[in-house]
Amino acid sequence: MKKIFVAMLITLSLGTLCFAEETKKDAPGAAPAASAPVAGQPVATNAPAVAVTTPAAVPAKAIEDKGKLKANPKVTIPIFLIIVGATMCVVVWSAKQTKSASDFYTAGGGITGTQNGWAIAGDYMSAASFLGISGMISLYGYDGFMYSVGWLVAYITVLLIVAEPCRNAGKYTLGDILSFRTNPKPVRAVAAISVVSVSTFYLTAQMVGAGKLMQLLLGIDYKIAIIGVGILMVGYVVFGGMTATTWVQIIKAGLLMTGAFVLSVLVMLKSGMNPLQFFRDIATNERIIDHVKLLPIYLKEVDAGTATADAGQRFLEPGLFLTNPLDQISLGMALVLGTAGMPHILMRFFTVPTAQAARKSVIVAMFIIGSFYILTTLLGFGAAINLSPQNIIKVDAGGNMAAMMLAKTLGGDISPFIGDLLLAFLCAVAFATILAVVSGLVLAASAAIAHDIYVNVIKDGHADQHEQVLAARITSLVVGVVGIIIGIAAEKQNVAHLVALAFAVASSGNLPVVVLSLFWRKFNTAGVISGLVVGTIASIGLVMISPNMTYPNKVADDAKKAYTKLEKDIAEGKIKPEAMEKTMKTIDDKKAVETKNRGGKSMLGLDKPLFTLKNPGIVSIPLGFMAAIFGALLFPSKRSEEMFDELYVRQNTGIGMAKAIDH
Amino acid sequence: MAEKQYNWAAIAKNPKFIELHHKKSAFLFGWWIFSSVYYFLLPIGAAYAPGLFKIKIISNINFGYLFALSQFFVSWGIAMYYAHVANKDFDRLTRELVEEVSK
Repeated sequence: MKKIFVAMLITLSLGTLCFAEETKKDAPGAAPAASAPVAGQPVATNAPAVAVTTPAAVPAKAIEDKGKLKANPKVTIPIFLIIVGATMCVVVWSAKQTKSASDFYTAGGGITGTQNGWAIAGDYMSAASFLGISGMISLYGYDGFMYSVGWLVAYITVLLIVAEPCRNAGKYTLGDILSFRTNPKPVRAVAAISVVSVSTFYLTAQMVGAGKLMQLLLGIDYKIAIIGVGILMVGYVVFGGMTATTWVQIIKAGLLMTGAFVLSVLVMLKSGMNPLQFFRDIATNERIIDHVKLLPIYLKEVDAGTATADAGQRFLEPGLFLTNPLDQISLGMALVLGTAGMPHILMRFFTVPTAQAARKSVIVAMFIIGSFYILTTLLGFGAAINLSPQNIIKVDAGGNMAAMMLAKTLGGDISPFIGDLLLAFLCAVAFATILAVVSGLVLAASAAIAHDIYVNVIKDGHADQHEQVLAARITSLVVGVVGIIIGIAAEKQNVAHLVALAFAVASSGNLPVVVLSLFWRKFNTAGVISGLVVGTIASIGLVMISPNMTYPNKVADDAKKAYTKLEKDIAEGKIKPEAMEKTMKTIDDKKAVETKNRGGKSMLGLDKPLFTLKNPGIVSIPLGFMAAIFGALLFPSKRSEEMFDELYVRQNTGIGMAKAIDH
Repeated sequence: MAEKQYNWAAIAKNPKFIELHHKKSAFLFGWWIFSSVYYFLLPIGAAYAPGLFKIKIISNINFGYLFALSQFFVSWGIAMYYAHVANKDFDRLTRELVEEVSK
């Protein structure tokens, strides 16, 4: 990965070149590189005409052929400035309106349902879903689309189970709902810890992603990118509170939908606006067919004799990427239940005045998010058709740049300037996306610390408005600065598991206790605490021993496998003389990697994962629920039971909500 | 601030409230379970019934693609249906109840 980023920095030039020229240049370069491995290892199959290669050859080739994607600074910088300027105006405007704690945390409850719907969408659709899912589709086809479904279905839980009750019974934070009929101090403290950990995991993943993305797109230094994003994020939250955060999210959602829509239209124009033609184009695309034939899973199918002869159609069928159904079900559970337990999403429901508005906002958000993922499919498949998976992999091994490359290519087909403009616009959208998501997270984390811990635990709820707002602002500043520091420190860390971890903690820790608090009479303090603690620790613990972590011995094994294969190729004379130097260097690099990692242990001192799933939800969610239920049954509380009527009536009807807002 | 004190236990026993929460619970959990089952059929089907997912329905578009796409429309459908029922039924019952208890 790192090499690709460095390569990006080196190949800065080529700014205004349209992609037509790039493909011409790439094509002859790619041909010999591809032919070597194809000749390299003919695998005995039932379809002997199909020459295949080992998967290791694909990433190795990706590093050799430096992909090129560079935004034109003359176009990009003005667009960035316009967007940052617009959000700054919003901040100045909202800073004037932010006087009380309610203004700061919930924009005074004055956001309409439709506005909140856009803001939820803006809060939720991260750069990872935009770039990552379109990339996944461009490289693995159907599985990427299937992966995106859960992100929308998750909102059914939000709509049916949590949105309206939270609006009716809550005030600013998760802690408000959980502490309603329990012993407030310990419950708020534990809830705040859980909220802060979820937000930190998610924030770290977003910050590292932001740094790498800006580095890749604009060629700016990783640290500078993080600090830049961090300063803007802190600025929005500290000065503008929820009002500014909401509007940044609305602007971002609008920009993102515009970008996705324009690109989708361009993609569909290529297929004559005919969906059937579009799918025929996918299934008959030569480069997609070549790509599928080299995918490890297809090779396995070829070995097993189950492979379909129609490799292009195979791209539209499941199982090229997501191979472990248990892992997908586990992820699905974490999404379906975790989204409803995400503190920054829950917090959005306190910004609308009524339960009806909360309902409307989820429905608006569902239409935006759903349309977005459907458009993402078009972008992903469109990138595969128009750019070829081979070229996408060259720029980024995970395919994350597919949408960006597509913008440049399709725009460039009209004129090079439009290509630059579209690419610059999408870069700015990605930037705005990151800002909107991290701002929401910083706000949620600071609300937990300032409102739950400082005001209600330390000050017993006795803090005047001025003090509350001040506390909230200082906390946001501290949280933001800590986020920047963690972002910089985590540059070289493996952060891929952090998003899964955030959803796991939200689904196993937060969601069970929220649901049980709202719907189960016998639930109480002990239940909240045991549920949160067990759910959180189980998720974190399972991720720590899962395949998400780095296992040095496995890294060493992979490196050994790669260089053994190359050495074999050399011995058999399959490497062309002109590629020999590069191959020797790759072998040396791989050997160095092996020596460095051999005998090492994972963070917890393990040789290999103890838990084989990447997503712990399937185990940790039931554990969280059971701990919450047993905790409540073991230590029954009469007061909690008596107060259930009040909470239940409130959450269902909204009676007494004005009081809940003002108390 | 003069706050109205409610007798929560009495409201909870109010027939209107009981009707509201029975109707709501049945609707909400019923449709939630339906949507979850429908959703999990996707990864389960993709893993254990790949043959079904590969069946071409229209030209190159196969059952798997249409099924995944249908998830979006089913989710939207449930959301719209819920909005319809809630706006018509639940909100009306709630309004009547609120009027009754604030007398």
